[in-house]
Amino acid sequence: MTVLTVPMAETGSADITRRMRVLRRLRRNPLAVVSFVVLALAAVIALLSPWIAPYSVDQTDFARTFAPPGSPGHVLGTDDLGRDVLSRIMLGARASLQVGLLAVATSLVIGVPLGLAAGYFRAWDAVISRFTDLLLAFPFLIMAVGLAAIRGASLGNAAVAIGIAQIPGVIRVVRSDTLRLKSLDFVAAAVVDGASDLWVLARHILPNATSVILVQATVAIPAAILGEAVLSFLGLGIQPPAPSLGTMLATAQQFAARAPWAAVLPGVVIMGLALAFNVFGDALRDALDPKGDRR
Amino acid sequence: MARYLLTRAWQSALTLLLSTIVVFFGVRALPGDPALALAGEDRSPEALEAIRRHYGLDQPLPVQFAQYVERMAQGDFGVSIRTGTPVSSMLTTALPVTVELAVLAILLATALGVGAGVLAAVRRGRPAEWVANGLALIGLSVPHFWLGLLAILYLSVATGLFPASGFVPILENPVDNLHHIVLPAVILGTGLAAIIMRQTRSAMLDSLSSDYVRTAKAKGLRPRAVITQHALRNSLIVVVTVVGLQLGGLISGAVVTEQIFGLPGFGKMTIDAVFQRDYPVIQAVVLLTATAYIVINFFVDLLYSVIDPRIRVTGDPA
Repeated sequence: MTVLTVPMAETGSADITRRMRVLRRLRRNPLAVVSFVVLALAAVIALLSPWIAPYSVDQTDFARTFAPPGSPGHVLGTDDLGRDVLSRIMLGARASLQVGLLAVATSLVIGVPLGLAAGYFRAWDAVISRFTDLLLAFPFLIMAVGLAAIRGASLGNAAVAIGIAQIPGVIRVVRSDTLRLKSLDFVAAAVVDGASDLWVLARHILPNATSVILVQATVAIPAAILGEAVLSFLGLGIQPPAPSLGTMLATAQQFAARAPWAAVLPGVVIMGLALAFNVFGDALRDALDPKGDRR
Repeated sequence: MARYLLTRAWQSALTLLLSTIVVFFGVRALPGDPALALAGEDRSPEALEAIRRHYGLDQPLPVQFAQYVERMAQGDFGVSIRTGTPVSSMLTTALPVTVELAVLAILLATALGVGAGVLAAVRRGRPAEWVANGLALIGLSVPHFWLGLLAILYLSVATGLFPASGFVPILENPVDNLHHIVLPAVILGTGLAAIIMRQTRSAMLDSLSSDYVRTAKAKGLRPRAVITQHALRNSLIVVVTVVGLQLGGLISGAVVTEQIFGLPGFGKMTIDAVFQRDYPVIQAVVLLTATAYIVINFFVDLLYSVIDPRIRVTGDPA
């Protein structure tokens, strides 16, 4: 009885030192620090944007449409309806992050249990594999087209379409990590000890799979942000007049001859957000890599 | 080999059946009466009755599904509500545009991605690796439709080097055709190139540190021969894997690219159909995409087992 408690070391003090090692590696990587600061800033601005944006997003000024960046009172200029571009970018970035988080949450809630089941129970593997194949057969844009036809276009439906499209990726990484963990001694010991399948999954496998789930989430968020921009640009996502970086670019395309600069900034913001997530995701993967400083 | 082939064929067929069921019920989940949706302008009771009979909407669901599969297999996707033309003939004009765009994009992405990936792995820790890595990260993060937008604004409109929109069929005038499609193909290819580059680099790093490369070096092969004949062979598998996995992303990307450059392909047809609530077209597009995805990935898996004999044995494409 007492001997079999040894495997718990995997989640005990060894885990704390491992976490500290990961944090130390992240702190020593300048790219990780910079991308983290960018993301933290973006999160704060997005959270506070309804209060700190200089203008209301819907406040039109038809006397001053297409004011170029640097105009008095409008640092980044105004759009076709004379609305403040800076305010709309702030709120648009907020919507991007919202969709990113919502989509990834959707994919994790469905994908993690399925990935665990597929890796742990042999009988379920084939069924879940067919489900994954089925999901993969509908690319996210086609999924969004279908959802928009059935339920209408909205921020929520865009996030759900993107999230569903990301489920196979989550299942794949969780399944393979579960397969790996299942073959380790501490799991076998827990099974011998009489632990139920659910207990083993919840107490031994899931906690040890968090790092791959975390990395998967960090790379899925920028993909979702880009997905939202595409859908909103096409009119399948966030609906005007609600601010979105994608719809801002659609408007910019319409008025490109009069205000070519309007096509630049929203794109830069989308890219900046996605880049920060991708860089941080890379750094996190390297830091979590048990093989250490090989790469 | 035969067993692996059979298993994969059976799995693909099952997935195809499941996706057909999903689309079938998706159509039934559309708001309102499907007969009404199919009727378009003519909504008289007689017309609706005729549609119900033609599409078997008065039959029990399993019968309806069987008839549905039969119609789809014969290429009868119905008639566009908006234009009155058969959806199948719309597809025959739209599909070649998209296929050409996608093939060009894949070729460009492979050349660019494999080249940069090998360079980054071989020149490890030097400026070339940094540049290649940085470009790949940007390629992953940039919204490609935005790049397309900027390319039109600052390349096509400003300099007139490329046409901003439109399309010329390849059989009509191959030069004009290429002129119209090269910019969209570059834009569509860059994202894929970034993914191929990262995978190639990591596969190259793995194989460069492997025993067989060390052996090849030890027996005195020139570095160039080691890279091209030993290490690089593995990246062929990487490219096939990535293209198979990214096919969905490529289809999504093609839809957006076509919309921006006004190419009259599959994607433009899809988006137009959504806004016009042209349900027969939407249905055909969704079903056809799923079918294409499943069939192409089946062939990708076959290609795999040709390239890498290990897969035939384990039956599990890693």
